[in-house]
Amino acid sequence: MTETIVGRGASRGGALFRDWFQEISQASERDRKTAYVFVMGSLGEILRAFDLLPIFPEINSLQTAVRRVAHDFLARAEDYGYSPDICGYVKADVAVQLAGGEHPMGRIPRPSLAIATNACNTYIKWAEIWERMHHCPVFTLDIPGSRSASFDEMPGSPGFERDRLYVQRQLEELVGLCQSITGRELSLDRLRQTMAHTNEMSRCWKEVIALNRSRPACFDALTEGTIYLGVLNALRGTEQGEIYFRELLEEMQHRVAHGLGTLHEEKYRLMFLGVPCYPLFRRFHEMFAEWGGTFVSSTYLWFAAGGMDAGFQYDLERPLESLAQGVLRSVRRAMDSMFFPSQPILRAAEEFGLDGVVFHPIKSCRTVSTGLADVRRDVMERCDMPSLTIESDMMDRRVVSEAQLKNRIDAFFEGLASRRLRAAGKE
Amino acid sequence: MGYAGGVDVGSTQTKAVLIDEQGNLVGHAIVDTGAAVVQAAEKVFQAVLQSTGLSEQDVSYVVGTGYGRYKVTFGDSQVTEISCHARGAVHMFPGTRTVVDMGGQDTKAIRVLPSGEVLDFCMNDKCAAGTGRFLQAASYALEIPLSELGSVALAGQKPVKISTTCTVFAESEVLSWLEKGKKVEDILMGVHLSIGTRSVGLARRVGVEQEVTFTGGVTRNQAMVEVLNKMLGLKVNVSPESHYMGALGAALYARDRILGAQGVTV
Repeated sequence: MTETIVGRGASRGGALFRDWFQEISQASERDRKTAYVFVMGSLGEILRAFDLLPIFPEINSLQTAVRRVAHDFLARAEDYGYSPDICGYVKADVAVQLAGGEHPMGRIPRPSLAIATNACNTYIKWAEIWERMHHCPVFTLDIPGSRSASFDEMPGSPGFERDRLYVQRQLEELVGLCQSITGRELSLDRLRQTMAHTNEMSRCWKEVIALNRSRPACFDALTEGTIYLGVLNALRGTEQGEIYFRELLEEMQHRVAHGLGTLHEEKYRLMFLGVPCYPLFRRFHEMFAEWGGTFVSSTYLWFAAGGMDAGFQYDLERPLESLAQGVLRSVRRAMDSMFFPSQPILRAAEEFGLDGVVFHPIKSCRTVSTGLADVRRDVMERCDMPSLTIESDMMDRRVVSEAQLKNRIDAFFEGLASRRLRAAGKE
Repeated sequence: MGYAGGVDVGSTQTKAVLIDEQGNLVGHAIVDTGAAVVQAAEKVFQAVLQSTGLSEQDVSYVVGTGYGRYKVTFGDSQVTEISCHARGAVHMFPGTRTVVDMGGQDTKAIRVLPSGEVLDFCMNDKCAAGTGRFLQAASYALEIPLSELGSVALAGQKPVKISTTCTVFAESEVLSWLEKGKKVEDILMGVHLSIGTRSVGLARRVGVEQEVTFTGGVTRNQAMVEVLNKMLGLKVNVSPESHYMGALGAALYARDRILGAQGVTV
């Protein structure tokens, strides 16, 4: 059994991802309606209920970096006039749009609709670009954020219900827009079905993340975790997605039961904060793995999971109400895990047995990077946790220096090794 | 036991140090790194052997450090210069709790434990502003030898404000101040203050705790020492051997290995 189940999540995930891109490529030939969406607040359940194919420009962009061609796309957008300081995801997407949808994984069709939430301020400006380029309708979903770091108003409280109703009214507007674009009425049964798929995916994802508390860790949160995350977003609200995540959970349970770690020898258990360095995706991981470092947890698996890390379960008896509750909590949670992650980090330090935390601010995304210095100081003040700050980028290899990264990473591990020796000497 | 060696291959210069069993410095040497990095490491090692009258057989273990640490082909293992500067600084100045290292293209601030273990560090990022390279640019623009920059700068009474954060653009900014009729010494002091501001900023990020030890090639520049003293409001530790601190730390790690202590190298 071991030969077939171990690694299944990564290989099937890759295959599903390629199939999804093929489906996207064929959309224009088949005259299929599409929606451009973002990972935070994608509303895949509503879109799938209308058979609108969700397309994630963020994922399209990061794929150019993983495939080591991002620089061509960034250069095209900069030649057009975009500044080098603008979000690399936006620029790569602009280049794709300027090239008529040409992408290393296929052809990206024009959008029939675009949905942006305020989870990231760039989302809204980005969607305006599509509006100008393609004259497509843009639906901006305004999600009331947390009022403060300690804000956690629970469902049922007057404040939460006011916010939920505000979101629900917007979703009703979105349903109307989808109806006019597709020419069909919303089937509540179909919506319940997509929500049920998401429920199961969320349940499994939450458990998969929790299983990495095991020693050795059953998956690397930065490499394998990102593959799983891609499927989580792309196939949200689908039967394929549900089956995939059930099987993934089965694989992780198997790995844990048999003590099968992701590394040959796990020496240091780390947490990652930020967005991965896609231009050096594999190499970045290797620089940690060479020292026996495994990322057992990552905030990326929280905020880029569209809230599914929390295992939120929709109430299928009241779909739109529950969807509003889900999107309100998930987007808010995504924002909070970027801006106020100290508490979850401190919890993870305990639960996952962390040896260190790696902060990874990136040049072209100030949204996820700005608060990291505060978080680092806060965590260091509240617990004796070694940390490393390394800056690179999620897209732009011009600001990624492998030699500098390696130097800092090596020094970090030298410190961890000394610390461990010192601790052993005290015992 | 035999002697322990440390070779620090930096972006600008390559340094070698030999120490004895007690950790006493018995010799050091320096060469320009240039393009032939492997040869620079070999050359500096031969130079230090020659200066001490020792042979390769007398040296039991060699640790390579610096950017070119993996190019020290005769080295037995490698340790980053971050760990080595920390170790060397604490060895030379046992009260050290903060290290500011200013090299050719790197400036780093390191918080250390009394054992020399690194608690925290941060470095300049993908930009040579605030490093020795910044001084080189000024030296070139003003046609003043690098070794004389410090003494000229110390005469500056009204330092100009160098606003650029780019080493390449710094050169044109220096020239523009010259065109405005500013004195060379005021421009140079402005350059030193600019570098000092960035370096002290790094030190504050890791938390400045006394004593502060200044290491790296720029320690030979007295104006930079004065600028750091003034900005930090204390007197930084510095010695004629501070330039060799990374190589000294590497040699101390080599000595650990000879004495059987567990190392931290891969």
